Amino acid sequence: MSVSGVILIVLVFGGAGFFLSRARARAIEAHGAKMHSRPHYYGCWTCLLIVLPSLLFLFFWNIGVNIYAERQTLAHISYAAGGDIERSDSYAPLQRILGQKGIASTRQSENYMVQGGIELAAGIKNLRQAGAFAALLLSVIGFLAGFWGTKAKKRARNRVERVTLWGLIVASTFAILTTMGIVLSMLFQTISFFRSVPLSNFFLGTVWDPRFSVMALEGMLGRFGLIPLLAGTLYIAFVAMLFAVPIGLFAAVYMAEYATPRMRGIIKPLLEILAGIPTIVYGFFALVAVGPFLRDLSASITGGQGFIMAQSVLTAGLVMGIMLTPFVSSLSDDIITAVPRSLRDGSLGLGATQSETIKRVVLPAALPGIVAALLLTASRAIGETMIVVLAAGVAASLTLNPFEAMTTITVKIVNQLTGDLEFNSPQTLVAFALGMTLFVLTLFMNIFALYIVRKYQEHYE
Amino acid sequence: MSLLSESHMKPLTRNIGLKRRYRAEKRFRAYGLIAICTGIFFLGALLWSIFSHGYSAFWQTSITLPVRLDAAVIDPQNRRDKNPQVLITANYPILIRNALSEKLSIAPDDHVGLRQVNRMFSSGVRVQLRKMVFDNPQLIGTTQTVTVLAAADIDSAVKGQINLAVPETKRKVSDRQVEWIHELAADGSLYKAFNTGLFTFAASSRPETSGLGAALIGSIYMILIVLALSLPIGVAAAIYLEEYARKNRFTDLIEININNLAAVPSIVFGLLGLAIFINFFGLPRSASLVGGLVLALMTLPTIIITTRSALRAVPSSIRSAALGLGASKIQMLFQHVLPLAAPGILTGTIISLARALGETAPLLLIGMVAFVANYPRTPMDPATALPVQIYMWASEAERAFVERTSGAIIVLLMFLAVMNIAAVLLRRRFEQP
Repeated sequence: MSVSGVILIVLVFGGAGFFLSRARARAIEAHGAKMHSRPHYYGCWTCLLIVLPSLLFLFFWNIGVNIYAERQTLAHISYAAGGDIERSDSYAPLQRILGQKGIASTRQSENYMVQGGIELAAGIKNLRQAGAFAALLLSVIGFLAGFWGTKAKKRARNRVERVTLWGLIVASTFAILTTMGIVLSMLFQTISFFRSVPLSNFFLGTVWDPRFSVMALEGMLGRFGLIPLLAGTLYIAFVAMLFAVPIGLFAAVYMAEYATPRMRGIIKPLLEILAGIPTIVYGFFALVAVGPFLRDLSASITGGQGFIMAQSVLTAGLVMGIMLTPFVSSLSDDIITAVPRSLRDGSLGLGATQSETIKRVVLPAALPGIVAALLLTASRAIGETMIVVLAAGVAASLTLNPFEAMTTITVKIVNQLTGDLEFNSPQTLVAFALGMTLFVLTLFMNIFALYIVRKYQEHYE
Repeated sequence: MSLLSESHMKPLTRNIGLKRRYRAEKRFRAYGLIAICTGIFFLGALLWSIFSHGYSAFWQTSITLPVRLDAAVIDPQNRRDKNPQVLITANYPILIRNALSEKLSIAPDDHVGLRQVNRMFSSGVRVQLRKMVFDNPQLIGTTQTVTVLAAADIDSAVKGQINLAVPETKRKVSDRQVEWIHELAADGSLYKAFNTGLFTFAASSRPETSGLGAALIGSIYMILIVLALSLPIGVAAAIYLEEYARKNRFTDLIEININNLAAVPSIVFGLLGLAIFINFFGLPRSASLVGGLVLALMTLPTIIITTRSALRAVPSSIRSAALGLGASKIQMLFQHVLPLAAPGILTGTIISLARALGETAPLLLIGMVAFVANYPRTPMDPATALPVQIYMWASEAERAFVERTSGAIIVLLMFLAVMNIAAVLLRRRFEQP
């Protein structure tokens, strides 16, 4: 019996339990007894008794079985590798069968693993079956308890509502769990990365050359210098902000202060379309349109070889700038419109022109919010992946020339984790160290943005 | 009198630089307009570039011709009754080549010509004819009218994407092939038709037989998983935080977490999925289940935030009325507040789903950059997603793949447009008092 089959049965059973208990409650009510709750609450309570314990049990049981299986496998392999290993030619047929099912298996597997694997698989299957059976049993017990417990004095509604409230509380902890998951998963991998690579190699290294994992087996450790990647990330983000901030800010000011409502109703959605386009589309645009265009443009200026490469800091920065423009404009627009009318009226009444009012009254009042918005936008630029993967290039070079290719942290995370993985090599683990760097960087920017808003934002009533 | 004469004199003015200031005003306004025009220009350039590259991907050149399923070619030793393997390994492209060269009246000893004929049609015909013959072996020996896809280069030539002014040796279509194209097009056996393959084929190394089938199914699975997980959890969390939670350290922590998660780079969620779901829980790589879980975690904060503002917008008189009539708090929330907040919640959900549909980076890390040649049957099977397929095609070098990539982007943008328009309509419909 598969897990999904058991879940389905339990759910159907729960539905049946709902209707039966409700019918029983109605029957009791029809006999003239005064029920504490409406009949469907009794149904709900029985349904919860059937479904919740057995599904929770199933969930934890299966996790337990997985952990047990892993432990057993490790124990088996270490035992077998230590003891006398019987080598027969039973591996080749298995490999063929696996191959037909689309599972690539390497030659490095040993025959004793197959033997152990078969035994383990049988054992795990038995455990799973036992778990499924126990879950079904639990649901039957739940049904009996709920059904026979359907009595006039039972406070079914209060019970159902208490469970619902607990459900709400559990749902709200998911945000914390996700953050913990992010931090813990990256922390452990990062720590095991720094076990094989010294801290100084990563944080102070100026050369990125991680090599392949095969070379690492031969004792050659790659060089994992963060500095060229960090420089590329910040440089591209800087170029992007150089395009996005003036365009976005001026657009926001115009929309908030000058545009008629009708014009605003046309422009704002148009700019928001830019924000809704997936970044992969921007990446492709950079790859097939902007990059070649800039290269040809520079070639026609010099009349020979162009000085802008198709994949360059400028290409990635320009396209990322286009992507960020709507973020800057809509965030700033909200902040500018939140500045109260009375400030503008005061300034205009003293004889200032509209632009003077904007420059000397409205923008200073909105400044903390705008700075925070720009920080959030910059953190988005740093974490942006698809545009730089397609448009920035993969060469980890340290250069100040914006016409040349540089690479970023996100590009290298993608490079290290796509393709064949060997999970415990430093070549793979470095991606988690890079991800941790990225996470910490953006976290600080976000917190700093919040801090600025809380400390400097004026509150108008 | 003297007063009057004084008023005729030029009034005293102070030079406060009005002209300069008005010029500055005009300049400032112009900057704003220029900024907006730049933004709209880029939007136009982006869309124009995508559509001009991609609209032709929705048409595909096909060749329809009578093909004799010659038993001497398929099964020369007549062993198919004993050994069906023969039908699998038979040389099917030869059949098409023969049929086509017969139609174009090319001599059987013109080897250069035959080779060029071979490059007229897609090598996907092997699979196509094999399936046809394998399903129905009685067809062997008969003549059937078969429609085959033209090769990618021929397709490009028919669409006018190959510059015929370039010397013959430097382009992918020879002069003879161009002549044949005209000849076949003249009698109607070579024609452009709507490219259904773009939506039904799975991954392939040949542009003409590769499509979005597997990617569409993978994306649909993922969107359904995201919907099934993040909508209930997000709404439940929002209800708790908005209606129950007292302000204490625990709820503060949750709020900070939600706001921060909404700004975490998406690629970090990919790392989370790789480490937790694949490495720790042992779920299969490239499965749409894992992709759905990762995207659900990503969209959760947005759904919580939009649901909270939708709940806040429900007037408190509704709550008071429900409570006053004796409803419990849970009844009040689920039977009165939630239905009123539903349009707002749904709008927010659709927009977050659209965002999840276009997300690429985390999916790359959990192995969805896979060559998936079969449709995924369940969410546990290897699958790919629409944006990931775009990424994979974007990395291909051939001209025909650029067209396919743009076509796929158009499909993706259409999906997003439909979802966003639905959200806008929903909001309009329910906002009217």
